Parts: sequence; structure tokens; C-alpha cells
Amino acid sequence: MPILVYAESDQGAFKKGAQELISFARGIAEKMNTEVIAAVTEDPAQANLGQYGAHRVLYCNHPALKEFNAELTANALAQAAKETGATLVLVSSSADSRYLAPLLAIELDAPYLPNITGLPTSTEPLTFPHNVFTNKATAFTALHGSIGVLGLSKNAFGVQHHPDDAGVSNMDLDLPGSSWEITSTEKANNKVMIADAEVVVSAGRGLKGPENWGMIEELAELMGAATACSKPVSDLGWRPHSEHVGQTGKPVAANLYIAVGISGAIQHLAGINSSKVKVVINTDPEAPFFKAADYGIVGDAFEVVPDLIQKLKDFKAQNA
Amino acid sequence: MKILVCISHVPDTTSKINFNADNTQFDTNGVQFVINPNDEFGLTRALWLKEKQGAAVHVVSVGGPETEPTLRKALAIGADEAIRVDQPATDGYSVAQALAPVVNEGQYDLVIAGRESIDYNGGMVPGMLAKLCGYAFVNTCIGLEIEGQSATAVREIDGGKQTLKMSLPLVIGGQKGLVEESDLRIPNMRGIMQARTKPLNVKPGAGAGPKSEVQSFQKPAPKEAVTLAENAEQLISLLHNEAKVI
Repeated sequence: MPILVYAESDQGAFKKGAQELISFARGIAEKMNTEVIAAVTEDPAQANLGQYGAHRVLYCNHPALKEFNAELTANALAQAAKETGATLVLVSSSADSRYLAPLLAIELDAPYLPNITGLPTSTEPLTFPHNVFTNKATAFTALHGSIGVLGLSKNAFGVQHHPDDAGVSNMDLDLPGSSWEITSTEKANNKVMIADAEVVVSAGRGLKGPENWGMIEELAELMGAATACSKPVSDLGWRPHSEHVGQTGKPVAANLYIAVGISGAIQHLAGINSSKVKVVINTDPEAPFFKAADYGIVGDAFEVVPDLIQKLKDFKAQNA
Repeated sequence: MKILVCISHVPDTTSKINFNADNTQFDTNGVQFVINPNDEFGLTRALWLKEKQGAAVHVVSVGGPETEPTLRKALAIGADEAIRVDQPATDGYSVAQALAPVVNEGQYDLVIAGRESIDYNGGMVPGMLAKLCGYAFVNTCIGLEIEGQSATAVREIDGGKQTLKMSLPLVIGGQKGLVEESDLRIPNMRGIMQARTKPLNVKPGAGAGPKSEVQSFQKPAPKEAVTLAENAEQLISLLHNEAKVI
């Protein structure tokens, strides 16, 4: 009763999210004494997915899958699940995964449990911990039925290395036409995306105005980070909506979240809570964010951030 | 055109989250319930379509009688009719199953559901509902235009956006972007008065039961106090040597 993993790729590269998902599947597989099959839609020959824990790889090589379409990918994964007799199908927290997972779940008549944060606490019934109330609590939920779809929270498990080789087999697929057509895609290619970022530099109303964001962008670029902002800043139009992080914005599950001039309202904290290390720079020692932070500096952002940029440059030069 | 807006009755965003003594249920004492934020953008968008091209806007929610004030609020904002499916909203799968007969009987051209609710963050009802009813589906929808039987939808993707075209009928998983925060409709006195007499029909629960069940909840462990650095150099040292994140 294998575990099937939808290992996402982008132009042939299997990113950290896919690596982590395979590692997580391997962790579950060991508890259930079964194997991990990575299902891919791009050529996996160079990726060596065995090194993350896959036992074998199923290459769903169909022209209609080369550009992501949620309906067709869900259909393909359902076929792969039935053919392999899978008990679980795993997806990530990416936008594409979250789009296809509900469609896949109904194709399989299965429950879908997203935002999972760890290995199962029980295998009979299969019970997983997952984030609820927008990261304000954990729920332990049991799945019923013979097959389930699971979504892993980003950065919840980490990438683990295995000394394995995974054989690749091709899966023949017949796919129907899609109910929709993609007519254009716009991506900011040179910017780090919040969804992928290991480090996020975020700023709020403490910056006083959009004209002051230069130092935030400079700090982010220096750290290879994505830039983000609080809801008031997005509502004021100082920064694009796509940067708004928080309960009603994008979730952040980075390794390092740096918040500059953000007070730390409950809604903001809920959205960024899954980040491993939180750093707060704020002039107000009573700012609620300091209670939720791991590290902080009480000080004026307009002094601290330029100093941080300079000291980081020195640090990088010394450690190069 | 007939539009169905699916709304969830959820604790408001400032709620402190607590559970009962054995951690098996959410403690609703003192909690204010509201329309799920993502659903509000969908409701306003539906009303824009109603005003621009003529449409009937119905709202539906799955839940017990305690959810009716939230449905009345949606009527006060401008929806024409409300439907409550009398069934506890357990998991996303059973909620989608309960909504599917409403969609099919009503033969709606467009169904707008919030992409994700802030309580259980399942993010699955819009997609499951689309699949159950055989409707086209766009998730994380931040733009929508309808012309006759054709729809053009904009989907937010990681790092950008994508435009898709399809024919009605359609389900979208809506969020901020469908309309701006500042455009959100709120109930006025007249709306509130009218809401009292607009229809709120209760239908029995339907469809398959839940396929998942919460066994228990856990609140996060209390946080240790923050480590304050005196200056940037010290912070970098802590992040490098102690936290090991840079």
C-alpha cells in the first residue's frame, strides 16, 4: 500500500519543497512498512530522487502535463494512485498543490488534510498533527477510508538524505481535455517568492511611508530574501498586495522572518507563526511582537537597518 | 445569471483560541463570529455583478441555527436569499457534499466560495464542490469577468498571476483581489431592515458524512522570552552562532 508523492518541478529542477515532501513520505512509509513512489511530470533523470527517500519514481510523461493544469494533474495522480494501489497521496503547500488537491480528493473519494506539521501519531486510524486557527493551534485528525490526500506544511519536516537509488518507470496516461485554458502567466522572475523563501524581510507602518522601503529591499537582496509587508501597509497601497503576509494575507513559513516597524497584531502573528526564527526591530519596547519574537533590537529602524546592512556586508566578507 | 456565494461562520480574526477541558472542542465562550474574511470579498464581487449585469445573489452556509445571524448579515449586505443546510460543519469533504445538492438544484451559473476559512484552513470546499458538480474551477481567484457564458479569471500563483478562460458554470475560490478591502460592502440601516424579511430557507443536511475527525487540539507551548541584542553586530552573531539561520 505505497505512498505516492506529487514531486513538483519547475523546468526540470525539483525544489526544496519536493525534496522535503519525499523525505516526509519516507518517514511515514517507515512507520507503515511500505514504499515511497515519487510521481513526476518532468524528466527526473538528473534529479536522483532516491537521495531524499523515494524507492521508485513514476514519470507521468504526457504533453498536456508539461504546463501545470490542476484538473489534468489531479486526473493523472488519481490514475497513478489507482494503478499503484496507494494508501496516501502527498502534496506540498504550493499554490499548484492546493489547487489540485481538492479535485484529486474527490476523484479518489478521499479525505484531504492540509497543513500537516509532523509524522502520524497513530497508524490505526491514521492520525496527523496539522495547523488550525491559522497557526494558533494544532489539531490531531484521524482519516477514515482506504485512501487519503495529505498536504505538508512548508518547512515542517526538513530534507533528509538517504543513500538510495530510485528506478524510474514511465506511466502511460490518457487524459481528457481540460475545462479551462491558460491564456497568460506573469511572474516576477528575478525576485525571491515568499512561498519559497528561506528568509523574509518584512516591514510595517513604522517605516512611515513607501519612499523609505529602499533599505528593506537592500537588506532583502543582501540576504537573498523575499520582501513582505503588514496588512495596513498593503491597504494603504505602500506595497503590492502580493507582499501582504498575515492571517488574511500570505502565510510565511520561512527559516528566518525579520519584522521591521511592525507592532505584532494577533492577525499578523497568526500568519507568520510557522517561521522558525523571528526577529523584531521596533522602536517601542512594549510592542506585542517582542513577546512572540526569538530575537530583537529595540531601536529606530532608520538607524538599525542601515547598520545591519553594513554589518552583514562585513560579516559576509569575513565568512566568504 | 444566478450566483451562489458560500459563506462560513467563523471566529473573528482577533479571537483568542481556547479549547474545552479535555481539548476535544473549540471553546466558543466570549467568541465573536463573523463572515469568513475571504468570503466577504466574494460577496461584494457578486453584488457588483448583480448591479452591472443583473443577477440573483443567494448565500448558503452549512451549520446549525447559531449560524443564522451570519447569514442575515450577508442578506443585510445585499444578498437576495439565504439557505442554511442544517448539518454541523465537520470536515471540508462533508461540507462540500452538503453544498453540492444546493448547487445542482439551484442550477447556479457561478459559485463563489472563500479560498480558505480562518478556522480550519482546509482550503478545499471550493475545489471539492466544483468536482462534485462538474463545474470548472479556479482557486486563489483575484479577478473575474463574466461575459455571457464565458468567464475570464485571474489566479494568484507563487510569485505572480495567471489568466484563465473557461465557460460557465464555474466555481471560484475567492480572496482579496476580487475586490479591494476598501470596496467591501457593509450593512447599512436599510439593508439590516430588509434582511429581516428576505427569505432564509433551511434545508436538511445531505450527502456523505465526514471522512476525517479531529481527535484533539493542542495550544502552542508558551514562548520563551525574546533575546534582545544591543546592536546589529550582536544580532548577526546570535543569528549565526546560536540560531544558525545565517
